[in-house]
Amino acid sequence: MSGRDEEKVHRTVERVARESYGRLVAYLSVHTHDLAGAEDALSEALLKALTGWPRDGVPQNPEAWLLTTARHSLIDFFRHQRVALASEPDLLLLTQNSAEATLETNFPDERLKLLFVCAHPAIDPAMHTPLMLQTVLGLDADRIAGAFLVSPKTMGQRLVRAKTKIRDGGIRFEVPEQRQLPQRLDAVLEAIYAAFGIGWDDMAGVDQRGRDLTEEAIWLARVLLQLMPNVAEVCGLLALMLHCEARRAARRARDGRYVPLSEQDPKLWSHPLIEEAERHLGEASKYGSPGRFQLEAAIQSVHAERGHSGRIEWTAIVQFYEQLNRISPTIGRRTGYAAALAEANGAERGLAILDAIDQDSVSAYQPYWAVRAHLLQLLGKGSEAQHAYDRAIVLAEDPAVREFLLQKRG
Amino acid sequence: MQFALLIYESPEAFASRKSDGTDPYTGAWRAYHKALVESGVFVGGDPLEVPETGTTIKIKEGKRGVQDGPYADTKEQLGGFTILELPSLDAALEWAARCPAASSGAVEVRPLAPQTKLRITG
Repeated sequence: MSGRDEEKVHRTVERVARESYGRLVAYLSVHTHDLAGAEDALSEALLKALTGWPRDGVPQNPEAWLLTTARHSLIDFFRHQRVALASEPDLLLLTQNSAEATLETNFPDERLKLLFVCAHPAIDPAMHTPLMLQTVLGLDADRIAGAFLVSPKTMGQRLVRAKTKIRDGGIRFEVPEQRQLPQRLDAVLEAIYAAFGIGWDDMAGVDQRGRDLTEEAIWLARVLLQLMPNVAEVCGLLALMLHCEARRAARRARDGRYVPLSEQDPKLWSHPLIEEAERHLGEASKYGSPGRFQLEAAIQSVHAERGHSGRIEWTAIVQFYEQLNRISPTIGRRTGYAAALAEANGAERGLAILDAIDQDSVSAYQPYWAVRAHLLQLLGKGSEAQHAYDRAIVLAEDPAVREFLLQKRG
Repeated sequence: MQFALLIYESPEAFASRKSDGTDPYTGAWRAYHKALVESGVFVGGDPLEVPETGTTIKIKEGKRGVQDGPYADTKEQLGGFTILELPSLDAALEWAARCPAASSGAVEVRPLAPQTKLRITG
């Protein structure tokens, strides 16, 4: 086989791994609850594919091939363990499934159950996102650790601990019953959004710490939408992330300077992504159950509208923030509300909102200080503005944002 | 599968044991126990004597170290355990949340480990 063919096989394996990883892990673990075991078996199967396929050719259904191979190594593993009594039911289940899957290459998609397991309330919330990234998308612990600013070793240990709890703790692989569904779904949505990066919801646009996982988060949201197509907030989450993603190219000037949202050049926005976001948001509104993600997406939609109208409808944004704050008034939303209200009704009104927020809770919240500085400057309160700018500058993590604020401070 | 509810109680809860049994905490326990039995999930369990009655032993370098009192010196102390037969952690958490000690102390839910038991009992 030529080097070129080999490369083609490599690419096929990569593509199948990327597209089928979560489906395979979910299906292999749904009865055993053993995520680590399923992942090991799958990576063994992928390795076999890399060596076997160049020689024997790519099988007609690569996904089914991987499933069969991974299952065999799982069964071998259980046989070797010989913890005879206790493992017998698991083994029985595996072989039963094996018979099913040889009959039909179209095995059931259990990823929805897996997503709910990853975001189960008995699992440390800080681990919901890492678990999803690993088990549904196949990201390795090193990559996840980088995004969460911990050492690969620490992240690896935390993932192992979480998977042990999932395997032995009595967490069931199931879609929660209707009564618990809203709350449980919220945890899944939050975990996906956390992967997208924090700070996108701030109005002043000064807290844009992307975490390099935006693509993965959008992928997860698409998977979720495919599995739960009729839920408004799922559409809302995807719409929100697509709106933000659409502006990626506009967030920096050519020289690397930071460009706040209201000054971005709409020509640099991705119009296909905006159109897709609008489609999902429109779909969401059909269900008549507004929620946090739809409202945040709606705010982004108003900003996107500037691409056509040339102006920002601040009063609409103010209304959406008022609804958001009725759901739950986080510091980020109250800060965003203050910024929008200042634009719509004057800086004084905005500042009053900021003044009403408990000072202890915002001492390290950068966007609050950036918005505060801006409003104080507009009101001609020079020395107070300077103080707020200083705080915002110290708290900024992004050098481009720091530079932007230094310039504004003067 | 079987779950243990480990009941951690506050000093006030332990103090209520000295009452004649008409106090609200003991009353709540009576109702809770009845509910567990009537639902068919109760496997076993018992209250433990007050923490002061505990003695902790640790063998260090072949020597027996004996300590007066419970192992961990915390405000809430292990006061009893209940073993339940339930289909999932979610079901166990539901029962744990209804436990009277959950409001005044804490309840830890832990699956029993039948495989480990098998290695010991053969």
